[in-house]
Formats: sequence, structure tokens, C-alpha cells
Amino acid sequence: MLIGLFNVASATAGASTVEWFDFSGKLGKQFIWVGASLVLAFLLLVIEGEFFIRTSVIHYAVNVLLLLAVLAVGKRIGGAKSWFSFGGIGIQPSEFAKTGTSLMLAWMLSRNQDRFNQWGSLIKAVAIVSLPAALVLLQPDAGTVLVFTGLILVFYREGLSGNVLIAVLCALLVTIATILSGASTVHYPGAGEATGAWILWGILLSIGGFLWATVPQWTVPRRRKRNRRAVLFSFAAALVLSVGLQFGLEEVLRPYQKDRIHVLFGIDVGNPDADYNIRHAKAAISSGGLTGKGYLKGPMTAYGFVPEQETDFIFCTIGEEWGLMGTSATLLLFTLLLLRILALAERQRSDFTRIYAYAVASILFMHFAINVGMVLGLAPVIGIPLPFISAGGSSLVGFTLLIFVLLRLDAERFTILH
Amino acid sequence: MKLRERQWIIGGIFLLISVIYLGRLIQMQVFAHEWKAYASRLTEETETLEPARGLIRDRHGKVVVNNKAGYDIWFTPRKCSAAGGLDTLALAELIEMTPDGLTRAFRRAENYATYRPSRIQKQLTAESYARISGEMWRFPGVEVRRRSLRTNPSGLASHLVGEFREVDQNDLASNQGYRLGDYKGKSGLELQWESTLRGRRGTRHHIVDIRNDFREPAQAGMLDTLPVPGDDIQLTLDLELQAYGENIMANKRGAIVAIEPATGEVLAMVSAPSYGTDLLTGRDRGANYDSLINHPNKPLFNRTLRATYRPGSIFKMIQGLIAMDRGVLRPSSRIVCDRNIIGCHGPHRFDNLEEAIVHSCNPYFHEVMKRMIQDGSTGSIFSDAHHNLATWSESVRTFGLGTDLGGHFPALRSGSVPDTTNYDQMYGRKRWAYSTIYSISIGEGELLTTPMHMANLAATLANRGHYITPHAVRGSKGIERMESGVDDRHFDAVIRAMSTVVTANDGTGRRAATPGVEVCGKTGTVQNPNGNHSVFIAFAPADNPQIALSVYVENAGAGGDWAAPIASLMIEKYLNQDVTQSAKEQRILEATYPFPELPL
Repeated sequence: MLIGLFNVASATAGASTVEWFDFSGKLGKQFIWVGASLVLAFLLLVIEGEFFIRTSVIHYAVNVLLLLAVLAVGKRIGGAKSWFSFGGIGIQPSEFAKTGTSLMLAWMLSRNQDRFNQWGSLIKAVAIVSLPAALVLLQPDAGTVLVFTGLILVFYREGLSGNVLIAVLCALLVTIATILSGASTVHYPGAGEATGAWILWGILLSIGGFLWATVPQWTVPRRRKRNRRAVLFSFAAALVLSVGLQFGLEEVLRPYQKDRIHVLFGIDVGNPDADYNIRHAKAAISSGGLTGKGYLKGPMTAYGFVPEQETDFIFCTIGEEWGLMGTSATLLLFTLLLLRILALAERQRSDFTRIYAYAVASILFMHFAINVGMVLGLAPVIGIPLPFISAGGSSLVGFTLLIFVLLRLDAERFTILH
Repeated sequence: MKLRERQWIIGGIFLLISVIYLGRLIQMQVFAHEWKAYASRLTEETETLEPARGLIRDRHGKVVVNNKAGYDIWFTPRKCSAAGGLDTLALAELIEMTPDGLTRAFRRAENYATYRPSRIQKQLTAESYARISGEMWRFPGVEVRRRSLRTNPSGLASHLVGEFREVDQNDLASNQGYRLGDYKGKSGLELQWESTLRGRRGTRHHIVDIRNDFREPAQAGMLDTLPVPGDDIQLTLDLELQAYGENIMANKRGAIVAIEPATGEVLAMVSAPSYGTDLLTGRDRGANYDSLINHPNKPLFNRTLRATYRPGSIFKMIQGLIAMDRGVLRPSSRIVCDRNIIGCHGPHRFDNLEEAIVHSCNPYFHEVMKRMIQDGSTGSIFSDAHHNLATWSESVRTFGLGTDLGGHFPALRSGSVPDTTNYDQMYGRKRWAYSTIYSISIGEGELLTTPMHMANLAATLANRGHYITPHAVRGSKGIERMESGVDDRHFDAVIRAMSTVVTANDGTGRRAATPGVEVCGKTGTVQNPNGNHSVFIAFAPADNPQIALSVYVENAGAGGDWAAPIASLMIEKYLNQDVTQSAKEQRILEATYPFPELPL
């Protein structure tokens, strides 16, 4: 876990100017937050683990209330109403809500041993996640909502059918295919020019029809009806999703919003400003080369070419200054951290701790995957911090809370008997 | 599958994403060069360090053309708006613009880029700069940048020096490394010697920030180069002689070209009227250019190289020389002055060559040329002319007439020496005979020469048969000795005649007589409906020629009246550094165009 703290140091470095101890600047503030996090970590390690388990519900309730409060009295920064402002210090309750939600989820699931065999427990679990997610969406902060959806991995581990995971994956594929084909223009013989989405819909219809018609050939008669229904349902759902998405893109969204979505998928929108951020981010990372330009010597990041470079685009700083060495090391550290948490989870006797550990892993994974994927041009440009590395007090304290609660619970794993 | 085993699937998802990202990173950081290039385009800026342009000096090392500072005013809209704007009226007055013009300039700057400086005013003088610099703090976003301009403080030899000004579309497209806003030589020596004078730019590479401000040297300055100053060029002109020539040609139209016969070095090139070079470099170039180009006396027209005149009587010396060389004439040959053939003037009846040159006898040279062209060798006057004119033209050209004189003056017109082809085109093949073209025998007709050609002819006579290709810059490439092909013994009679022209009491060139110097000269009076041009060529001293020159004064009358005394003054100025003939000088200086009637 000290590795995580090492990353914090590297993080502040990335955001730095040379004024190391100017506490009014971003770097100085980050130092204060690092100190606060260390104190918090120490406090968490002396509190008994049972405390967290028992206060899960309170924790969750407080977080939901905070999210409600921030909608009412929060400060609007960058278009999202997600900050409480106390003097010069801003606090983002959504960063703490992740811990609260994880605790609550662990508490609920460890109490219900039915493994999602009953609809009731699934609905309860989804509701626990959806409530804070919905409140965050109202701010709006799409990135954090996306992070909450990552908790589906926890559901899966705790018994949710793998088909759901596959369905989500298929939905994602259909979405991408719709957007890509929808952006193209195809000349149809006899019908003039129209969007390429018609081809996609034609393909979906014909595959679905073919499968439906051939169901008797590949299944035993007993299950014929059921399989036909499944095929019909899934392809109908895919079509509805695709058509709805295309309609939404063309008719509901404004052109600049459509452009933004197209930029995410690498479609040339002809507006040089639309992909400004990601273009500069890619250039910065790429210019680092194999070994980087050296600490504090990257002009792209040092001189303001990369936007939000101390928070959401901090990976660019690593890429430019340390090159492939730095980026692959960071990648490796995160992967090891995630796998370590999984191993930690599986050695627990307590269901609560295991579920909580999976939640922590899922949340960290989503942050890591979206943040790094974004600057690599592989994921949508959605502003969320890179855990432990991005500057920003709330996220640092939030992740410290998330991780050290887990560490404390892990330390008590032998107190639970089988 | 047991639920516990699902950990491998979840772990697999984590690993898969990491591997995909790692692959993408390797591709981006190690192999994708277009992104690296894009990054350096964004972060690196090259600053150009302009070299000092080479100076232009005269034959004694005196500076003719120098560099001076001009001050451009630049404006960055963002810096101005950030500081809360400025007093437009006050600024307009200070930088010598109208308020409307300044407003337009501001709008242009804003349309160009809000964070990059645009030039809003050009070439303020050092005096203006002194006035402005103390006030600059009042105008945020406005800055003064120095640029190197040319100045020719004496204003002499403007036609020769040429113009130095901003590049145009053609220069930018010429692929010689000019950039918008650069200055270059556009005519004259500034253009001809551009590559020597220009020098080589230095560059300094900077890392810039998102505002395009310089932050630090790129790659620790390893790529930076220092500018290499342009080389000076040394003219062959004698600045004092040039100044004197321009002075005495004031208020007249015409030209003087003086050459050092032994070297072909041009000592003076005066085209009158002239103008100050600096009129066409400053901010008022547009207005000045308009008034110069529309002036009735055409001051921008370089008469020394571009004006073509008939050579007139001076050409008779070439006729005599070629004829002697072909053996159809001897110095003692006498020919009757038969004024029924062609008009003549003066009381002479039966001259030899020397006397014919002194008296400028037209029938004499009509007969001389007839002997060369219509020699009876073919039995037909048409065939005779057809055959012989071609070789005759060739001989005339060896005196430089009708040629580019070695090409040291790109602006030089070669003039015209008609040959068989020309007349065939005019009259038809063998439809012309000597009787058709005889006016060229006395230097009229289709012959055309420039003052430079005539000065070169004077040098050829001074050298007794050869000339060194005339040039105005020391160290020019391709300086050659050109032979006229006429044996030097034939020159004795001609030179004796030229001496007599000046020394005889009734000589047409008696006004060229110079105290203490034996001058050889020949007058010419070129027919012109607006008043004949006064022409004189001369060299001196006779035994060891130091200077050969031609003088043209347009519409001034006979060659002896104006051109000859001017030649005398130039010769005295050059050889003695001092002019003692004050009455002569006075008369010339007081003469203005149109010229007063001559007292007889």
C-alpha cells in the first residue's frame, strides 16, 4: 500500500511548478491533502473493523444526505454542481459516496445469502447503487455514474448471472456499431443517400430472423419455445437500443453534443476545436517516447498545452516526462494493486469484507480504465481522476478512505470463524 | 462454475484492459511519429535572427549605402484587452496614423490572432521612436520592434544602387527563403548583388507555452545558429566625382558616364534628373513613387543605361577606323565635300581624314562607307550591300555598340547596329542598296546607342583598340578585354583629330579645353524634333588616358555648347580634384531646362 503513497508523491510532482512549498498553490494544497490523508489512514487503522460494518447504514445515509445537500447548496464548478466550498477548500461529496455505497452494498449482500436467486435481493442491491448514482447524475457528473456501474462486477462475483455481463457487453457493442455506422453516409441503390445505420439494422434483422428460424435445428424440441423467445427478445432489444440511439443522436442532441460523442469514437468531425483536449493529450504522451523528456522537462504539460493536466489528464505528464518507462510502470502498479485486492478479497472469511473488497477493486478499476483509456483515445473523454495520482483533495481522501477501511477489515480477517 | 472461480474472470478483465493499454502505449510512444511531430509543432518555435546587410562603398572605401534602424509598431490584442484597453486617439497621433487607420489596423490584428502580435505601423524613424518610447507604458499590448533598413545619406547614384524594399508575391514564390515582411533588393545593385549583401539568417529555437511566449531554449540551444552578416561590396565609382557630376547636371536632362580606360571601372554614372534613394525606402514610398513616376522629366528613368540615342557625328570615327583597317582609306585620303549628295557645314572643300573628323564632314564619310558597302565586287549594288553590310555590322559591334558590353549591367539596353537581316526585313531581300541606308554612314538612321556604350567607345579610343568590359563593382566576375579588331596604328590619325577638335580655335569641342590637361574629344549633335541633343565623348590626358567619358544633355543644342564644357569640368575634377574654370562651371550650374539661347 505504500506503493500507492509513492504514487501520490509522483502525482504532485506531475502537477508541479518549481515552488515546492508554496501552500497557496496547487502543489502546496496537494501536500496538505497528502498529510491529511496520512493522518486519516493512521486513524482508520486504529479503529476497530467491526465499527465500519456496523455503521455501514449510517455511513450510506450520511453520504446520500450530503449528495442531496450538495444539489441544494453546492458550488457550480465546470458545469457540475458537485462541490461544497469552505473558504479556499472544496469538498466533493461524490468522492466519499463511493466508500459509503460500497459499505452499504457489502452489508446488504452479506446479509442476503440467496445469491440473487430472488428478484428481491437484486432489486435491493441495484437500488442501493442507483440512489447515489442518480443523485450524482443530477449534478451532473457522468464519470462518477460510470464508476458506479462498475459495481456490476461485484454483483457478478456474488451470483448475478453471467448472461447479464454478456448482455451489457453486447449492448455496448451495439451502441458503438450504431454510432459508427450512423455517422457514415451510404448511397443506397434506388433510395439515394442515407445513414449507414440502415445497414446495421438490416444485419441485425437478418441475423435475428435467421437464428429464430433455425432454432429447431440446434435445440431440443423441449426448449424450442424458450429459445425462440430469447432470440426474439434479445434482437428486439438490440434493435430498439440502436434505433433509439440513432434517433437520439440525430434529433434530440445538439450538433456540438453529437460532435463530442463522435470525437470519442474517433470520427472526424471537421471541427478542430472539438477534439482539442484529446489531440493534445495524445501528442503529449506520444512525445515522451521510450524514456521521456525528464522530470519537469515536458513542454507540452509544463506550458499549458494539455488541459486539466494536474487532474484528469495527469497521465499525460507521466507519459511526456517519463516516457514508456513511466507509463508502463504506472500501468503495472495499478494492475498489481487491482489483482492484490482481488487476492485479498478471496482470502476473507467474512462475506462483508470480500464484497467490500470487490467493490473497492471495481471502483479503482473503473477509474483507472476510464482515465487512462481517455488520454489514450480508447475511452470517452469523461473527467474522472486517476486514483492517488491526480491532484485534488477530495479524491485523495476518498480513495484513502476506500483502501484503508479495506486494510483494517483485512487485518481482522482471523477474528471471524467459519 | 463455482462463484469463487469467478474471481479469475474478473481478474482476467483487469489484465485484459491493462494489456490493451500497454499495447496502445507502446504504439503511441514508440512508433507513432505523427503525434510526436504534432507535439513539436505545438511546442517549438523558431526565432529568426536577421543578419546585417552588407554595405556599399565607393572606390575609396567611403560608405555609399548604409543600414539604419526603422521602428515598426506591433500590437497584441489580448495583452491590450487584459490591461483594460488604451487611448486610441493618443496612440494614433503618436505613431503617426489617422484614428480611422488605427481602428482598422486594430480590427485586422484581432482577426489575425488575439494572442499574437500584428504589425500596425511600419518604419517610423529614429526621431519618432525617441518621441514614442517614453510614452509606450500608456499603451498596453503595443510594442516597438526594430528592423534594419537601408539608407543612402548622400542620395548619390540612386539609379545604380536601386531599391531595397518589402518582398512581393513573386519573391515569396521564388523559393529563395524569403518570408512575408522580409526586405530585399528589388532593382539595381541591391538586386544584382542580393546574394552577397544579404548574408545568412541565424535561428534560435524556443520552447513556447500555450500563449506562444518564449519560455526556454529548445535542446539547450544546440540547434541554434548565429546570423552571418552580408559581405560589403565596393563600387568602382568615385563618390566625389559622382557628386560633382550630379551637381552640374542638376536642372538638366541627360547623362554622364565616366570610365577608367585601363580597367573598365566605371567612375561615375550620372542620370539627370535624379532622386534621393531614401525617397523610396521610407514610409512615404508610395506617395514619393507616384510623384517621381509621373514627373515629366522622368527622374526614375536611368538614362545612362536605358536611354538610346543616335550616335551622330561621333560615329564617323568608327567609320574611319573600320575603313582604314579594310584598306579602303588612308589618313591622307582626301575626298571632295560634295554637298549635293548630303548636307554639310563649315568652310571646307577637300579634307583628309583628320580634317574630316574635325570638321565633321558628312560627304566624306558618305564616301568612306560607300567604299566599304558598295565596292562593286558583285556587279550589283543590291548584292554588294547585301554582302558587305553584314561584315560591316560585325566590325561596328566589336566597338561594343549593339552589345551588352559583357553583361555587368543587367538594365543596359544594347541599342541597335542594323545589319543585312534588319534591312531585308524592312525593304525585302536585295531590295535595298547603299543609297537606301546611307544615313547610317554619319551616325543617324537606325543606329542606337546608350551613354554607357559611348563612354565605352571613348575608352576604346583611349586604349587604341580594345576595351575592358565596363563594370561598377570591384571583384565582378567576367571582366574581359575585348578587342576591336582594328590595328592600333590606325588610331593615330583619329586621336590627333580628337585632340584638334578640342584645341583648335574653331574646333567644335573647344569648350572642352581644360587647363593643364590635353583632352581628346568629339562632339555629336543628335537630331531631335524637340531640340537636338548635345553630346560629347572624350578621354584625357591624351598620352596616358585616366578617364574616358560620354556626356549627354537632352534638347540642349550642339554638342560643343553644353556637353563639351561639362566633360571638361568632369575631367578637371577627376584629374586635379579641383575645378579652376569657375566661369565655365558657373555657366553650367546656372543653365536650366529649357536652355537659354547661346550668346554667339
